Amino acid sequence: MPALLELEEAYRTIHRTGEFRQELAWYLKDYVGRPTPLYFARHLSAELGGPQIYIKREDLAHTGAHKINNTLGQGLLARRMGKTRLIAETGAGQHGVATATVAALLGLSCDIYMGTEDIRRQRLNVIRMNLLGAKVVPVESGSRTLKDAMNEAIRDWVTNVRHTHYVLGSVGGPHPYPMIVRDFQAVIGREARAQVRRRTGKLPRCLVACVGGGSNAMGLFHAFRDEAVRFVGVEAAGHGVHTHHHSATLVAGTVGVLHGAFSYLLQDPWGNIQEAHSLAPGLDYPGVGPEHAWFKDQGRAEYVAVTDTEALEGFNLLSRTEGILPALESAHAIAYLKRLAPEYTADDIVIVNLSGRGDKDVDAVAEAMEVSGDAH
Amino acid sequence: MTRIDRVFKQLKAKGEKALIPFITAGDPDLATTRVLALEMAARGADILELGVPFSDPLADGPTIQAASLRAMQGGVHLEDVLNLAGELRSQTQIPLILMGYYNPILQYGLERTATEAAAKGVDGFIIPDLPPEEAGPWRVAAAKAKIATIFLAAPTSGAERIRTLGRLTKGFLYYVSVTGITGARTELPPDLVESLKEVRSLVKCPLAVGFGISTPEQVAGLAPYVDGVVVGSAIVQRVARLQGPALIQEVGDFIAALKAPLRGK
Repeated sequence: MPALLELEEAYRTIHRTGEFRQELAWYLKDYVGRPTPLYFARHLSAELGGPQIYIKREDLAHTGAHKINNTLGQGLLARRMGKTRLIAETGAGQHGVATATVAALLGLSCDIYMGTEDIRRQRLNVIRMNLLGAKVVPVESGSRTLKDAMNEAIRDWVTNVRHTHYVLGSVGGPHPYPMIVRDFQAVIGREARAQVRRRTGKLPRCLVACVGGGSNAMGLFHAFRDEAVRFVGVEAAGHGVHTHHHSATLVAGTVGVLHGAFSYLLQDPWGNIQEAHSLAPGLDYPGVGPEHAWFKDQGRAEYVAVTDTEALEGFNLLSRTEGILPALESAHAIAYLKRLAPEYTADDIVIVNLSGRGDKDVDAVAEAMEVSGDAH
Repeated sequence: MTRIDRVFKQLKAKGEKALIPFITAGDPDLATTRVLALEMAARGADILELGVPFSDPLADGPTIQAASLRAMQGGVHLEDVLNLAGELRSQTQIPLILMGYYNPILQYGLERTATEAAAKGVDGFIIPDLPPEEAGPWRVAAAKAKIATIFLAAPTSGAERIRTLGRLTKGFLYYVSVTGITGARTELPPDLVESLKEVRSLVKCPLAVGFGISTPEQVAGLAPYVDGVVVGSAIVQRVARLQGPALIQEVGDFIAALKAPLRGK
């Protein structure tokens, strides 16, 4: 708790200063390559036959996903707090790579906690982290995925808090993390808003993004929160939300406390956390950011889920129509466009967040195309 | 006066310090926990701490994580631990404290947990992932049922927070010896005694120290500066290694050895 209070205090005093903002803006532009394009997906739009679909190209940010927006912000914050070591949890490996990247950039030491199941599924990202000078610490406990990596990262943090900053990767976990991560990811929506208005003179009707912990979705939604824009968060239904093999926390979960956040969870009646499943390792988390829970309860956003099979179809669809391999996580959002498109006409604009690129997933996709075991 | 308060008062009068052993309830099964608890009470334990199994025990090291998993594999949940407490209460007057994470308590119901726990003879709860800032609803439920909520303080807490924790906690303040998680350690932080002296000067309530303490020698070194010592993982390691009468004997002897330096002169 004192560590969280220290972080909150530091964040409040540091992040608004002109010096910090200039530093962050400079790195975002020259290092990350922002602003990322807002791309009009002409062929995808034609294929689905509904709205004009625009794709926010977070896959083109340095390291290949939106995760760098947050790790850069937290890395710069940690350096100003005098911390010399960064740690992080990772599922898909994208957040781990983004943290390792920033650690290398800022000259900080770095340990990344990753479940052994995810290490097996995301070998490429493990190699990338090693090349960046980070140590990947295998986590054998529990389901050996993201939740367990997060447990270990928290245990490390409370042990080494004096010189270590924990770079939490999503809008979950204890306050102030959901706020900090949202603020650093909100650049996605701010850019998208300016870009779509400049390009078309109007606002989109709908925003679509995948939701695991929920950082890319919150990043896109936040700048539009006071506008009449529909928000759709797409969770991973895995083998189906009525099976025990999914990660659809908001669609099928119940309220509880995990990792210091009061939100929706996948849990048994006794309050033990259940294992989440998704073909997309970045969605494989049994909790979700508390602000999404609030959006759900307020009716501000709607949350839906698509299966592993649908996500693979989404992966194919975008690859084939636009020549873009999406991350399996983002492929969930793409997949849902199929269901959403008939509700709109060609006058309407829908923005989908392409949170990451799919290179890391090609092995898993190739394997899954052969053996897809969905229960429908 | 609660059972916990009474124990500290009686020990103080005798110049003794409290031994507070911890085991995970249901590790490896509830019957063993019951026998172990009674043996510990008979061999020198002054207060018993029973862990409630949980899937994600964030504050615990590998030893207690594994114990929690073994108990969960046996299907042990909060309700079973409450029933176990009731059985123990019919056989001993030793104070019983449950150490459990917040979500299982929240799902069972805060009022229901507190009320049933009180009815079974439980005296207090330690909820390591519930800081005082978030503890309002639980404290209300616990206070109504006359259940003590015991707060943890850590080396990073700072003087102001420790004072607040000392005011809010019931029974005693649990000072965490190390920054980090539970688990037997061969060496404790070199500045621990200094820290304990400082905490002592900041709070009026009884003070117990725990995390990492695993030998009678360590207990002897800390005894002068506290009112109680918590030993967990070192006992749980024995539960993992032994079984049957050999386990009961070994744990009983270990408790006696840990208590010896706390008996004073």
